[in-house]
Amino acid sequence: MVALTVNGQSHQIEADPDTPLLYVLRDELHLHGAKYGCGLGQCGSCTVMVDGQAVFSCVTPVLLLEGREITTVEGLGTIESPGPMQQAFIEEQAAQCGYCIPGMMMRAQALLQRNPGASDEEIVAHMEPNLCRCGTHMRILAAIKRAGGLMQMAAGGSTTDTAKRAG
Amino acid sequence: MNGSKLLRVLGALVVLVLLGIGGFIAYAWEREIPAAEPPAVSSIDPELVQRGATLAAVGNCNVCHTKEGGEVFAGGLALPTPFGTIYSTNITPDPETGIGRWSEEAFQRSMRSGVDREGRHLYPAFPFDHFTKVTDEDNRALYAYLMTRKPVKAEAQANDLPFPLNIRLAVAGWKLLFFREGVYQPDTAQSDEWNRGHYLADGLGHCGACHTPRNSLGAEKKDQLFAGGEAEGWTAYALNQNSPAPLPWDVDALTHYLANGWEEHHGVARGPMAPVTANMMSVPESDARAIATYVTSVMGEPTPERQARADKVRDQATRHPPGIQVQAAGGQTVPVAATSQDRGALIYAAACSSCHDAGRPVPYGGLPLALSTATYGPTPLNPINVILYGLPAPEGERGPIMPGFAGVLDDAQTADLLAYIRATFSDKPAWDDVQDLVRQVRSGKEHTDLQSLSSGGSAPANPTRRETSW
Ligand code: HEC
Ligand code: HEC
Ligand code: HEC
Repeated sequence: MVALTVNGQSHQIEADPDTPLLYVLRDELHLHGAKYGCGLGQCGSCTVMVDGQAVFSCVTPVLLLEGREITTVEGLGTIESPGPMQQAFIEEQAAQCGYCIPGMMMRAQALLQRNPGASDEEIVAHMEPNLCRCGTHMRILAAIKRAGGLMQMAAGGSTTDTAKRAG
Repeated sequence: MNGSKLLRVLGALVVLVLLGIGGFIAYAWEREIPAAEPPAVSSIDPELVQRGATLAAVGNCNVCHTKEGGEVFAGGLALPTPFGTIYSTNITPDPETGIGRWSEEAFQRSMRSGVDREGRHLYPAFPFDHFTKVTDEDNRALYAYLMTRKPVKAEAQANDLPFPLNIRLAVAGWKLLFFREGVYQPDTAQSDEWNRGHYLADGLGHCGACHTPRNSLGAEKKDQLFAGGEAEGWTAYALNQNSPAPLPWDVDALTHYLANGWEEHHGVARGPMAPVTANMMSVPESDARAIATYVTSVMGEPTPERQARADKVRDQATRHPPGIQVQAAGGQTVPVAATSQDRGALIYAAACSSCHDAGRPVPYGGLPLALSTATYGPTPLNPINVILYGLPAPEGERGPIMPGFAGVLDDAQTADLLAYIRATFSDKPAWDDVQDLVRQVRSGKEHTDLQSLSSGGSAPANPTRRETSW
């Protein structure tokens, strides 16, 4: 039996150790944020964070994750009190069908957590593995910029250009 | 010995040394070729330009002379060497910052002798030790091609080399020791195709620049042709009789690999080999076949034992033995014969087998690792690069993709996995210090150049370099 820490809570997992994390999240823990897209680590809709790094949960067996800190989009905030990343996506209305958005948020979170002032080029390069087939990219990028600003403000940081534009 | 005699001997010595220095300078001195007006584009024969484009692709001029995000041929790419960093120059026809004022004679000389228009020696990071083999006729085509590119204003960045290597005269000493100038001489005992392949591989293709080991002064060891080398944090496998490929290369397989960037039973070209094959896609297949003819002749016929083992490996790897069922997203459930309970075996079965034992054809499916040279190579560097950073998608094209596992596999898990792969799928002894190497690759001490792959279609003018791990 594998013990997993997801969004700060520990769980004893019933599934076999070779089960992809995505299945455990959705079927056993009923966290439906991460989506099944291609199952091959090629589209990014299943992206979650492991110890602060974006990973494809569809190709990550849970046996690798004992003692690691897993964060899903549910861990970024609640409906009543959305986190800065979620808030920014709401404010920019950055979703069309929305299927890719939890993965987008998690990959962006991994970058901004390290560097909330990431440049446009850094954001574009970092987001490359995640696909959106509605073509919502410009809004997604705007939301990520805005989220960076919100995070900097929340951290009490100086009002940088980013924060001004985002605020 | 009395005083005056001593003085005379010393004097003679001084004269000798001065003569030596004088002789060296006379040897090293190259005249400046006067600046010329750039030739009018309309005066250049389009057919010649077309031929030059093909030759430039074989020579990978775009790979070294383009920096990330920069314009093609405008230079500025940093080439780290054991001696310091050398920056490639602008070879667009811009008159101020490029080679716009170079006459054809000046260009011919730079390729033949490694000397720039003003007469300064060029560093061998520019592979003139290979390009010296190129015929005048082919250099004329290359010149026509370069002179008809878009001029780009881009000042060359100064090299970062320690004294005395920052003095270009030092290169003349290197040339004296290691450089043999001269156009390719055909071997009349061999076929035309073989000669064509030898000419391209040894000349413009500069395969030996990566695949031949180098001495402490950075020169290729001529007596160890294709014995295996290193390039940008990747192992460039041996291409001689010591080729570690589990299935010996033959002309058909190698032609396909060079022309497409992958081969059904040998997998995909990765790292610095990826742009070589991407460029090769715009070259007539007859040239890829000629290169393959020559390179396989250097490899030689496999011994009967090697061939027998290869047949067995191929047979086993392409059959699908029944075993435990591996779960994978998307119901790509595949059988795998994982009996061992060690950590590496479990990781392999859970994380890798769903793609690498699924029997989907290469390049979109993963190669059975028993067929991969990566499993048999002298170092685990290439599989470490692939496992941590994956194979990123090529830009604007179809291509194989493998997700990287840097975010989930820690150093110990990666080392266990590699130990399992090596022990299970190859007949080679275990690699040493794997975990240490994984740590170095991850920390960036071993610089890894992640380059996109291409699986078919037209070659991108400038295969992109990716820094994002997949
Ligand atoms: C392995 C990398 C590499 C490849 C491949 C390469 N070059 Fe270069 N080239 C360099 C570097 C580095 C320099 C600068 C050397 C120096 O500063 O001494 C250079 C310099 C030159 C120069 C001299 C320019 C000047 O302003 O002095 C010419 C001309 C040139 N290259 C042409 C070519 C052509 C044509 C090709 C393809 C057939 C090519 N190069 C392929 C690395 C490369
Ligand atoms: C810039 C360096 C570089 C140059 C130039 C280069 N190679 Fe490579 N080559 C590599 C590297 C690195 C690998 C290992 C790539 C991998 O692991 O997929 C490789 C792999 C190969 C392989 C696969 C070997 C195996 O058993 O898997 C072949 C064949 C090959 N190269 C042939 C050539 C030929 C022919 C040329 C000249 C036309 C050439 N290479 C030029 C760096 C280079
Ligand atoms: C989602 C599918 C997928 C998964 C999961 C996957 N790979 Fe791959 N891998 C590929 C594809 C596609 C290629 C490119 C085709 C090829 O050459 O095998 C590749 C290539 C490779 C290669 C280079 C093979 C060669 O010589 O060309 C190695 C080594 C490798 N993978 C190892 C692994 C290991 C170890 C794992 C488990 C940690 C793994 N892969 C997981 C899809 C996958």
